[in-house]
Amino acid sequence: MEDLSGFPLEIVGENSPMVSFKKVRKSYGSLVVLDDLDLDVAAGEMVSVIGPSGSGKTTVLRMLMTLEKINGGVIYVDGKPLTHMDKGGKLLLANDKHLRTRRSDIGMCFQHFNLFPHMTAIQNCMEGPVQVLGLSKAEARDRGEELLELVGMIDKKDQHPSRLSGGQQQRVAIARALAMRPKVMLFDEVTSALDPEVIGEVTNVIRKLVSEHNLTMLMVTHQMGFARDISDRVCFFYGGKIEEQGPPAELFGNPKRERTQQFLSAVKEAV
Amino acid sequence: MFDWLFMDEWFPKFDWRWDYTWEILPRLIEATGNTLIAAAAGYLIALVLGLVFALAQRSQSRVLTFVVREFVEFVRSTPLLLQIFFIFYVGPQFGITLSPWVSGMIAIGLHYSCYLSEVYRGGLDSVPKGQWEAAIALNMTTAQTYKRLIIPQAIPPAIPGLGNYLIGIFKDTPMLSVIGVAELIHTANAIGSETWRYLEAYTMVGVIFLALSLPAAGLIRAFEGFVRRRLGM
Repeated sequence: MEDLSGFPLEIVGENSPMVSFKKVRKSYGSLVVLDDLDLDVAAGEMVSVIGPSGSGKTTVLRMLMTLEKINGGVIYVDGKPLTHMDKGGKLLLANDKHLRTRRSDIGMCFQHFNLFPHMTAIQNCMEGPVQVLGLSKAEARDRGEELLELVGMIDKKDQHPSRLSGGQQQRVAIARALAMRPKVMLFDEVTSALDPEVIGEVTNVIRKLVSEHNLTMLMVTHQMGFARDISDRVCFFYGGKIEEQGPPAELFGNPKRERTQQFLSAVKEAV
Repeated sequence: MFDWLFMDEWFPKFDWRWDYTWEILPRLIEATGNTLIAAAAGYLIALVLGLVFALAQRSQSRVLTFVVREFVEFVRSTPLLLQIFFIFYVGPQFGITLSPWVSGMIAIGLHYSCYLSEVYRGGLDSVPKGQWEAAIALNMTTAQTYKRLIIPQAIPPAIPGLGNYLIGIFKDTPMLSVIGVAELIHTANAIGSETWRYLEAYTMVGVIFLALSLPAAGLIRAFEGFVRRRLGM
């Protein structure tokens, strides 16, 4: 078993990050997807993750949502270990119970929305609050309607997902995730499956979240312009590592690394 | 020149008697009730137990998965008739004495639950992986995810398969006659042995089975449409 004695049981301090990856490793067989990744995200920070496919950028979000098992290192959320638990001063791999307590701080939106097709928009938003948080139906409905209002979907609240466009479904999915009141929101290529003309309605919702809400956000995206506009920081992933990171103006305007330059010019040509 | 072929001696009983048919019909209709009760009760057992078996085969416990899968294979690979005999006749040797009805319902319910578990399994597997990931992102438990998300979505695609086995179980209820359950065949046999006329009784049994089976397929299709609409799918 991996020796985790070098990892802290808790990260304390005024400026402790909301999310912290420490030497995180993930591999599928011999394929290394994340290679000793270190990444801190401050509370309230909006970090975009860009990079070629297969660079491990989506895996970062999936690890943080505990959709994938960790192979090495520790992930901390709000100062406490997420992937591991403190057993008498030692870090052990988290069990289901621990994961359930710790991942309540995290919400996620997916490329293919993953709305529940047998529930209406408002029912999708009420499901988590009622079943998991134990809210009454009336409370959950109020909260859900408030959030559907925020994403501009209140007039479609009684529609099933099959009756909604991709952009509308993604906005409902954002409301559904927010209804759980997460501290950290993850957006995994949320515009990649959308028709070009509806991308704006989803990015505008995310813009609104950034400007009006103090959420910590991690976003994997192919929308370079969007990432440049709203991020506090952009991380360029390559081969399971952060090749280069910095404020968007710097990373997009004056990339230092050759791979970053190649990737950005390739993306520019594609547009 | 073929007159000899149609001589009465060859077909001494080949005369259909309507008066006799009307006379035995009430008994057959009464037995139809028993057949339907047997089919319905057996099917209900199979519906519930089938889902339990399907879920057990997806559990994290390898032992449970293995045991249930082997059991399902075993039951599906041996005749229903043998299972009925076993429960009714061998059971008492182990101190388990059950009435014909109870033995029959257990046998037929258990037998069909193994078939239904395969149908459920297909339905459960058809639910996209993204639904599980969304459930994890909402921090739902496995039990909540099955109950609220996976099973409701697994049912509509499973309805045609589940419905076929409803017709199947209905047509297999005559097997219960061998242990004395007074369903249609059992009653027709009784009528035949009383009067030595079998033609009318068996023919009417066939007509009754046909009349009930034929509309069933259409009704099942309608039911599937209804469920899909209710779930907004």
